[in-house]
Amino acid sequence: MINSPFVRKPASVQQVMLQVLLALVPGIAAYVWFFGAGILVQLTLASAAALAGEAAMLAIRGKPKALFLSDLSAIVTAWLIALTFPPIVPWWLTVTATLLAIVVVKQLYGGLGQNPFNPAMAAFCLMIVAYPALMSQWPAAGQLDFSSQLQLIFGGIRQVDAITGATPLDALRTALRAAANPDSQLHGLRASQLMDGPAYGMLGGKGGEWVALGFLLGGLWLLQRRIITWHIPGAFCLALAASAGLLWAVRPEGFASPVFHLASGGAMLGAFFILTDPVSGATTPRGKLLFAAGAGVLTFVIRAFGAYPDGVAFATLLMNLCVPLIDMNTQAPVFGHKKD
Amino acid sequence: MLRKLFKFHGGVKPQTHKAESTTQPIARVPLPERLVIPLHQAVGGHPRPLVAPGDKVFKGQRIGGADGSLSSAVHASTSGIVRDVAPALMPHTSGLTTLSVIIEPDGEDRWGELDKVNYRTTPPDELRDFLRDAGVVGLGGAVFPSYAKLKPGKEGRLKTLVINGAECEPFITCDDLLMRERADDMLKGIVAMRHMLQAEEVLIGIEDNKPEAVAAVQAAIAASGQSGIQAVAIPTRYPAGGAKQLIRVLTGIEVPHGRRSTDFGVQCFNVGTAYSIYEALEFGRPLISRVVTVAGNVDQPRNYEVLIGTPMDHVVRLSGARPDTDRYIMGGPMMGVRLPAFDVPVVKATNCILVGSPALFPPPPPEMPCIRCGECAKACPADLAPFEMYWFSRSKNFGKAQEYHLFDCIECGCCSFVCPSHIPLVDYFRFSKSEIWARERDKSSSDAARDRFEFKNFRQEREKQEKAEKLAAKAAATREKVAADNQAGTASPAAEAPDTAKPAAPSAEDTKRALIAAAMEKARQQKAQVAPKNTEQLSAETQADIDAIEARRAASAATPPTPDA
Ligand code: SF4
Ligand code: SF4
Repeated sequence: MINSPFVRKPASVQQVMLQVLLALVPGIAAYVWFFGAGILVQLTLASAAALAGEAAMLAIRGKPKALFLSDLSAIVTAWLIALTFPPIVPWWLTVTATLLAIVVVKQLYGGLGQNPFNPAMAAFCLMIVAYPALMSQWPAAGQLDFSSQLQLIFGGIRQVDAITGATPLDALRTALRAAANPDSQLHGLRASQLMDGPAYGMLGGKGGEWVALGFLLGGLWLLQRRIITWHIPGAFCLALAASAGLLWAVRPEGFASPVFHLASGGAMLGAFFILTDPVSGATTPRGKLLFAAGAGVLTFVIRAFGAYPDGVAFATLLMNLCVPLIDMNTQAPVFGHKKD
Repeated sequence: MLRKLFKFHGGVKPQTHKAESTTQPIARVPLPERLVIPLHQAVGGHPRPLVAPGDKVFKGQRIGGADGSLSSAVHASTSGIVRDVAPALMPHTSGLTTLSVIIEPDGEDRWGELDKVNYRTTPPDELRDFLRDAGVVGLGGAVFPSYAKLKPGKEGRLKTLVINGAECEPFITCDDLLMRERADDMLKGIVAMRHMLQAEEVLIGIEDNKPEAVAAVQAAIAASGQSGIQAVAIPTRYPAGGAKQLIRVLTGIEVPHGRRSTDFGVQCFNVGTAYSIYEALEFGRPLISRVVTVAGNVDQPRNYEVLIGTPMDHVVRLSGARPDTDRYIMGGPMMGVRLPAFDVPVVKATNCILVGSPALFPPPPPEMPCIRCGECAKACPADLAPFEMYWFSRSKNFGKAQEYHLFDCIECGCCSFVCPSHIPLVDYFRFSKSEIWARERDKSSSDAARDRFEFKNFRQEREKQEKAEKLAAKAAATREKVAADNQAGTASPAAEAPDTAKPAAPSAEDTKRALIAAAMEKARQQKAQVAPKNTEQLSAETQADIDAIEARRAASAATPPTPDA
């Protein structure tokens, strides 16, 4: 039986997800330009695995397959996995991670809309704990051509340690720690001087900063389309920049600049695409600010003091845990009960 | 002329579809063969029937008398013969019936004798009674008896009288046309209301998509020479015509749920109501007709002046319903109710007959799970978190739903309108509210039963005690009698015994009365305490919702159906 309202805005989950995917395209284009087409292979692998995993689980759970497969939410998860993982991880790692994300983190918790954790980030954390070496090998921009990337993805033997390094974030942290050591030859150098190598660009990692710019553009488009609100990207960037800036101001020789933090690693992806995942994020305006600010500070702390190459994934999961509490305590006053 | 306007949170902008039905003036409708006039058309008590089958009635004759503290009279819309006073299908989704007077028009349309009143000299209290007996109720859709709202607050005066000409629902244009065509008379009604309420200023809010209406009302104000009355064009955004939203936009005041707006120095009436008040006060004509928009799946959408009780299909025929018509909706597409039949009568709440077809109002796409995107919260004009209420309504955790202010929901439909998962959120909220009402009702009836039980115990106790006292008195009397007999042996027992009993009797009687009164008072208080919240101002529709729920509960003693069934 159908009751009022009898008219609806033409909106659907599929449309929302489609726009998120479109917004990722500029960043992906920059990725391909600087790092080669290997990422496209990873995106395809992850998408296929996500759809297969989703279809199997929907069949088991007796849910309408066409309806849920076409909502594109699995593809969004898949793309976020491909874009946050190193582009040369072996195919089975991408597939396993995606299946874990879809089957365990999403479907076993009840499917679309029910998962308390961001599936892509949960998969990232699981994989980095399980395969720390494979998850830490990042080629520098222009370092590998497509065929060697393919070989690394599908080939059995990997001798990548020689040709790939850590992320610029990771490398800079290592260098900064070395600089703090009086016995090191880097001793006394500042971050800006340490960033003088070929791996670095103007703001962050070479190439990586352009990819970040691509994600920023896509994110701004999502803002303009009102798919996301300013609260999460705004609070995340501000908190990350502020906490980085604070320590950088106090000890510039020991810490990277806030701009470097914003332009590197998963910061932009996190700000506009990961933390903004509505299902696992906070929902009230004030809650979103808290949620994202917490993630920003945590990201910086993990980056600066932790042992992992990036902090966005762990920060996201930690803040996902806090969402029920945040939402419960940040309900806005309702009509007629505001104090003005 | 420029006023500072305020914003309300949320709101949506559906397609307005208003141009189609405003091309032609308000038309008259030929007399139907039969009028079905429900007695209960307004918020408040059921009016009692004043006529019986076979009676001859005149146009404007009262056929239902106001009953109870909040109730409004009902009148014959034309002259004719009462054929029946019986339950008939009411214009509500539930398909329930309600006691109605069925009149066969005699074709003469002859007015009976009308009560007249000089509203300039009559004290407000008498005017209120007059309007109650004239059956004037809010015509914006809420059908709240107007007399009950025409009381200034505690201070005896009002700051702002808000007149609602916003008409924010798509398709509906009856207020628009009324303002265009009858602005002068409407204004006279407003002046009378202002007088009764001792209102400092009057603000007539009209959405800015009705420039002709704004101009007409402004011209009428200028012509009347009245000061302190202003027609204000407000931004077009649904639900700007909700009373609370309009008050907010015009004055910045937010009247919380469950509070009287007069406590905040504001009162709000619909423009159509103002016109009916004028008709009643100026000519003594009760509310027997109203302007109704016929729109949607018809060849010529238009507004009609329709007698209350006219079968809807009789009106729609004039506009030419298209062949694929599958339903009528009373009201607009956002808040309207789907009707159970085509021939249900036009009632005082009928601002629009929206003719629907599967093409015009296609069923929503399949429902998906909530993705917590927050669109619904962004759109909610009551600043609620619909998806949280949805979550708790779905799991029948009604307490939690209430914690998230379920009863502040005005059922405007904005949340359902925007939800990308196509969840019928409002349906869940209606369901939860009626379930809560039903439970409160069960609770209060069981409380009443407990009260009765306790009172019975108390009475039995008391009777026992009285018996014991009587026995004691008797024994004492007997003893004294024996003693007296022993003493004198001549005195009559009948004369002696009352003497001993008498001093005790009145006091025993007093305590008994006091005890009973106390018990009754206690029972009354308990009942007042457990009285369901939010039931004091039920509209006929809400009442029908509740009745439907009751019927359903009675029908299936098993688990109540979930809304997604
Ligand atoms: S709009 Fe729909 S999907 Fe989005 S939060 Fe509200 S109920 Fe959930
Ligand atoms: S129907 Fe209720 S919950 Fe939904 S938008 Fe309107 S007031 Fe808010």
